[in-house]
Amino acid sequence: MFRNQYDTDVTTWSPAGRLFQVEYAMEAVKQGSAAIGLRSKTHVVLASVNKANSELSSHQKKIFKVDDHIGVAISGLTADGRVISRYLRSECINHSFTYESPLPVGRLVVQLADKAQFPLEILNVGHKSFGVGVFLIVEADGRFLLDQVCTQRSWKRPYGVGLLVAGLDESGAHLYYNCPSGNYFEYQAFAIGSRSQAAKTYLERKFETFMGSSREDLIRDALFAIKETLQGEKLTSSICTVAVVGVGEPFNIINQKTIQELIESFETKEEEVVEAADQGAAMQEDRSPEGAPMDI
Amino acid sequence: MNLLDSTPANNSLLNSAMGSERTQYPYVTGTSVIGIKYKDGILMVADMGGSYGSTLRYKSVERLKSIGKHSLLGASGEISDFQEILRYLDELILYDNMWDDGNSLGPKEVHSYLTRVMYNRRNKFNPLWNSLVLGGVKNGQKYLGMVSMIGVHFEDNHVATGFGNHLARPILRDEWNENLSYEDGVKLLEKCMRVLLYRDRSAVNKLQVWFFSLYVSLGLSSGYFASPSQSSSSKWTHE
Repeated sequence: MFRNQYDTDVTTWSPAGRLFQVEYAMEAVKQGSAAIGLRSKTHVVLASVNKANSELSSHQKKIFKVDDHIGVAISGLTADGRVISRYLRSECINHSFTYESPLPVGRLVVQLADKAQFPLEILNVGHKSFGVGVFLIVEADGRFLLDQVCTQRSWKRPYGVGLLVAGLDESGAHLYYNCPSGNYFEYQAFAIGSRSQAAKTYLERKFETFMGSSREDLIRDALFAIKETLQGEKLTSSICTVAVVGVGEPFNIINQKTIQELIESFETKEEEVVEAADQGAAMQEDRSPEGAPMDI
Repeated sequence: MNLLDSTPANNSLLNSAMGSERTQYPYVTGTSVIGIKYKDGILMVADMGGSYGSTLRYKSVERLKSIGKHSLLGASGEISDFQEILRYLDELILYDNMWDDGNSLGPKEVHSYLTRVMYNRRNKFNPLWNSLVLGGVKNGQKYLGMVSMIGVHFEDNHVATGFGNHLARPILRDEWNENLSYEDGVKLLEKCMRVLLYRDRSAVNKLQVWFFSLYVSLGLSSGYFASPSQSSSSKWTHE
């Protein structure tokens, strides 16, 4: 994508019918570090690659709990991601308060997508940017309405973060992807961010089995998919975060120690399998690092 | 904005500008509603009377209404406020249906919503003068709850409003059990309504009985039927 005369404003169409600013926003998602999600009938697993600025710093938080039954993994401008998470949490908690029951994921996702059409107002003060919060207004007859308060001297831009929304509702476990264009899709499994194509390839091979997978199998597949995006780097629990939500299990981030143990148990199993058989069965995972496709 | 804690001196000015915000008095009222859980779902009964003070003025008031696919609402107290509540719920259910996804508002959600509405109105000194009984079945789960005009809410196996609390609930406490059949449930409720007819001056002998059941022969997973309004017989001789 190259600079052109139609890409300055998000409100300008190109002659080809494209909104370049929106497409550039989607590029921002591709630059972020990878996040993947997959789901079975009863569980959804999210995993992300931890990116740290330097060895001295801690890594950015990319997985957020939105409610007991919903969590998100983000990729892209994490600052936007935090603001959006706050909005999602706000929506969920308001629904819970009024109706004493969890907000269905499908509805939350639609509300978020609609918000992208009327993008978040970002107040720019000097070199810093602040996201704007959402306020609760009580109407005269006692109903609650949500209103976004806009501030003066602001201009709009699409938010630069892609979200994988994992949640449970009456109709089962769901995984959605919300993108800056305001579109949302439901997925069996998906990967976003840099080098996500490698993970997608892995997931495409195995996704048909996911519906019936157990929780442990899902987590294992998530870790393998993350491994694919690492391109040969060693998979350890410090380099990835895994979270799971399921029937009877509220959204939680699995602690590092458990992940490390899982990784080690997979690795020993892999070595045994490679020794045992030269050609893997169709369901075996592909271990050749040089086979990984090119970066996005 | 609403300035509720205005001094009495300013009241008249505010009242005329923004409509009355003082506690109202009910005009046309309905009397007790009784609801019970039975083996297959929920049974609710209310008479069809609307009293205008001490006059039994209206004899065909429907005080039980179905809400959405899963719930039944019965109200005692001011009839016009009940109609207002039905308008709120209409809008709520409409928006819920407009989502057009697999989710729908169940009795618990409606009950919670009504609690919020009643409590908020009470806080503004402009209550909806009703006691509401909310029952329903969703995903095989039976639900029965009550909300009062000040926002007190709870769930129970049998609930009643107004005089029903004093005259019907003792009967229900003795004779209710989890596995009441439909016939037994209706008989139990009729017994309660007969006592109310004898002793509550605002009761009339025309009843509305609704049941909300898990199983309906039409092959729906849940449904409701209103039996045509029945008149209960009364016996004034000694036993």
